[in-house]
Amino acid sequence: MLLRLAEKAFRPGRFPFPLLHIDTEHNFPEVIAFRDYRAKELGEKLIVRSMDDSIKKGRVVLRSENQSRNPFQSITLLDAIAEFSFDACIGGARRDEEKARAKERIFSFRDEFGQWDPKNQRPELWSLYNTKTHPGENIRVFPISNWTELDVWEYIARENLEVPSIYFAHWREVIPRDSGLLPVSHLVQPKESEKVEKVMVRFRTVGDMSCTCPVASNAASVGEIIAETAMTRITERGATRMDDQTSDASMELRKKKAIFNFVNLIRKTINLKV
Amino acid sequence: MSVVENVGLDRAELLRFIAAGSVDDGKSTLIGRLLHDSKSIFEDQLSSIAKTSSKRGMQNVDLSLLTDGLQAEREQGITIDVAYRYFATPKRKFIIADTPGHEQYTRNMVTGASTANLAIILIDARKGVLTQSRRHTYLASLVGIPHIVVAVNKMDLVEYSRDVFTQICSDFAVFSQNLNLRNVEYIPMSALNGDMVVERGDQLNWYQGRTLIDLLENVDIEHDVNLDDFRFPVQWVCRPQTEELHDFRGYMGRVESGLIKVGDAVTIQPSGLHSRIKEILLYQSNFEEAFAPQSVTVTIEDHLDISRGDMLVKSGDQPRVDKEFTAMLCWLSEQPLSSGRKYIVKHTTRMVKGLVSQIDYRVDVNTLNQEKQSL
Repeated sequence: MLLRLAEKAFRPGRFPFPLLHIDTEHNFPEVIAFRDYRAKELGEKLIVRSMDDSIKKGRVVLRSENQSRNPFQSITLLDAIAEFSFDACIGGARRDEEKARAKERIFSFRDEFGQWDPKNQRPELWSLYNTKTHPGENIRVFPISNWTELDVWEYIARENLEVPSIYFAHWREVIPRDSGLLPVSHLVQPKESEKVEKVMVRFRTVGDMSCTCPVASNAASVGEIIAETAMTRITERGATRMDDQTSDASMELRKKKAIFNFVNLIRKTINLKV
Repeated sequence: MSVVENVGLDRAELLRFIAAGSVDDGKSTLIGRLLHDSKSIFEDQLSSIAKTSSKRGMQNVDLSLLTDGLQAEREQGITIDVAYRYFATPKRKFIIADTPGHEQYTRNMVTGASTANLAIILIDARKGVLTQSRRHTYLASLVGIPHIVVAVNKMDLVEYSRDVFTQICSDFAVFSQNLNLRNVEYIPMSALNGDMVVERGDQLNWYQGRTLIDLLENVDIEHDVNLDDFRFPVQWVCRPQTEELHDFRGYMGRVESGLIKVGDAVTIQPSGLHSRIKEILLYQSNFEEAFAPQSVTVTIEDHLDISRGDMLVKSGDQPRVDKEFTAMLCWLSEQPLSSGRKYIVKHTTRMVKGLVSQIDYRVDVNTLNQEKQSL
C-alpha cells in the first residue's frame, strides 16, 4: 500500500529513496517471496538487512534460539540507518494499531539512541512538517498514520493491489495457546499438553512467525475481508500479537528502551558526519 | 474518470475534530462515551479497561481509561500529548484529536487543532466558562477551526438545570463575540450518563437541539474548502530523464485551494513568469481538472525554471507578494521570540530566512488582553 502511495507521489520518476526491509529471518516465506517480487516489479532498489547478521556480530543477544525477534528489530534498523546515513525512514505504522501509537506524530523523531520521547514532540501544524534534524536525530515518517485497518483494506480494494497470500483465508496448522492461535512452524512446535489443529485462518498482520497469530476466518477475498473488518470487535494487535498481550503499553516500553549497545556505533557515525 | 475517485478515500465523509478541556471536565469520559455508544470500542480494549477499573477499586467501567494511552499519562491521570482516536458511524468516519487542556501543553493542543474541522469546547456545568475554556476557544479561532461546539457537560451535577445551561451559553457568547467564530453550537450533556452524546436520554427534555453525534454526523464541512483561488505549491519536480520521457518535467504537489483545468493560464510565483497547464496527471491517469485538496502532477506548455517552493496560481487571481507583513503568531517554543533574531519561515513548501522587526503586542491567552508593555 505504501508502495502504491509512493508510485502516486513519484511516477513517472523513480522513487528518490531505496526500499529497506529489516528481516528478522522469522518471516513467513510467502511474505519474503512477495517482497522480492514487488521490488522487482517496481524496478526499485531493495536493501535487506538481516537480524541474523546482527546476532552474529553480537549486537543482538537472544535468550533463547526461537524467542520472538520483534523486540530486537530496532537494533538492526538503527544499524542500517547508520550504515546508509538515512535521515528518515518511511514506515506503515498506524495510530489505530495500539494506544501508545495514537500519540505518534506523522513525522516522529528518534534521538541518537533511537528513543522516542512522546512528551516532547514537535508541533505539527496543518500539513507543514519541520524536517530539520539535530545531529544523531532520525525521523520516522508515517504517511498512513491516520488510516484505520478498514481504510487500508478499502484502499487495497479500490486500487486493486496485490497482497501476500497469507492475508487471505487458508487452512493452517495451529496450536491454541493462551487466547491466540499460534501457527506451527520450525519455530513453534506444540508443547506436550498441546494439540495441533487444522483451522481456516487468515493473518491480519505479518511479522515474526513465532508470535504472529492468525485469526479464524473464511474471508478469502478483499471484499470478504472488508466485510469482516467492518464487523470486527477486536483490535489488530490484541488479536494477533502474543508479545503485545503482556502489557497494555508494551509498544511504548519497547520504543523507549535505550539501546545502549549501539551508543558507540551511532556516536561514531555522528562524529564522522560532523 | 473523475479525480475524486482516484485521489484519496472518500474523504468527504471524514470529519476531524478536537476535544479540548481539562482533566476534570470529563473529556476522556466524553470520548469514551462517544466510542462506546457508537459501538466503536473493541472488545479487547473493553476487557482491558474493565480489568484496570476493578484494579483501582471502581464499581463501573471507567470509560476515560480508553483514551489514556501512555504510561506516564496514566500515572499522572492527564492527557499530555495529542492522541488520535478513530471511529465511524454509517454516515461518517471520524478522527478525534484528544488534546491536553493544561496550559503547559498548549502547543500540543495547537497541533491537534490545526487539522480539525470542528472543536468541542468542554465546559463543566458547575464551573461555567473558565480561563481555560477561553484559552481553548481563542486557540481554536487562531488556527481557523470553522465549527465550534460548546459542550456543557456534567449537567447531572446541576440537576439538569436549564437556567444553568442558558447562563453558560450567554457567558460564552459575550466572551467570544470578538473572536470571529463562524459557527457555534451549544449542547447540554452528561457524558457520564450518556445524555445528549449519542442517546438523548430522558433528563434533558427541555433541550430541543441535536445530540452531539447528530451534529458531528451532519455539520456541513464541504463548503469549508476554498474552491475559488487556485494555489499549487510545488513539492517536487519530476524529471525521469529516461529515453521515452527525456524532456518530461512534472510539477507535483497538492492543490491547496481552488480549481484548475487543462489550458488555464497560470503564473509562477515568485518569478511572475506565465504559462498554460498542458496536462494534469496522477499515476496512470490523465485528468481535465483538479481541485483542492487533490494531489496531482501538472505539466506546463513552456520550459521555465520552477522548483520546490514555487507556487502556481491562476493568472488574474494572484496573491499579493510582499516581503513584509504583520501576523499573529502562536509562539510554541520555550525560548521567547526575540526581535532582531533571524528565523526560518516555512510557507507551504518554501523556506526562507526571516526577521521579526517588531512585536506590536502580546495576547495573554488566558484573559485575551493585549499587553503592549516593552517587549
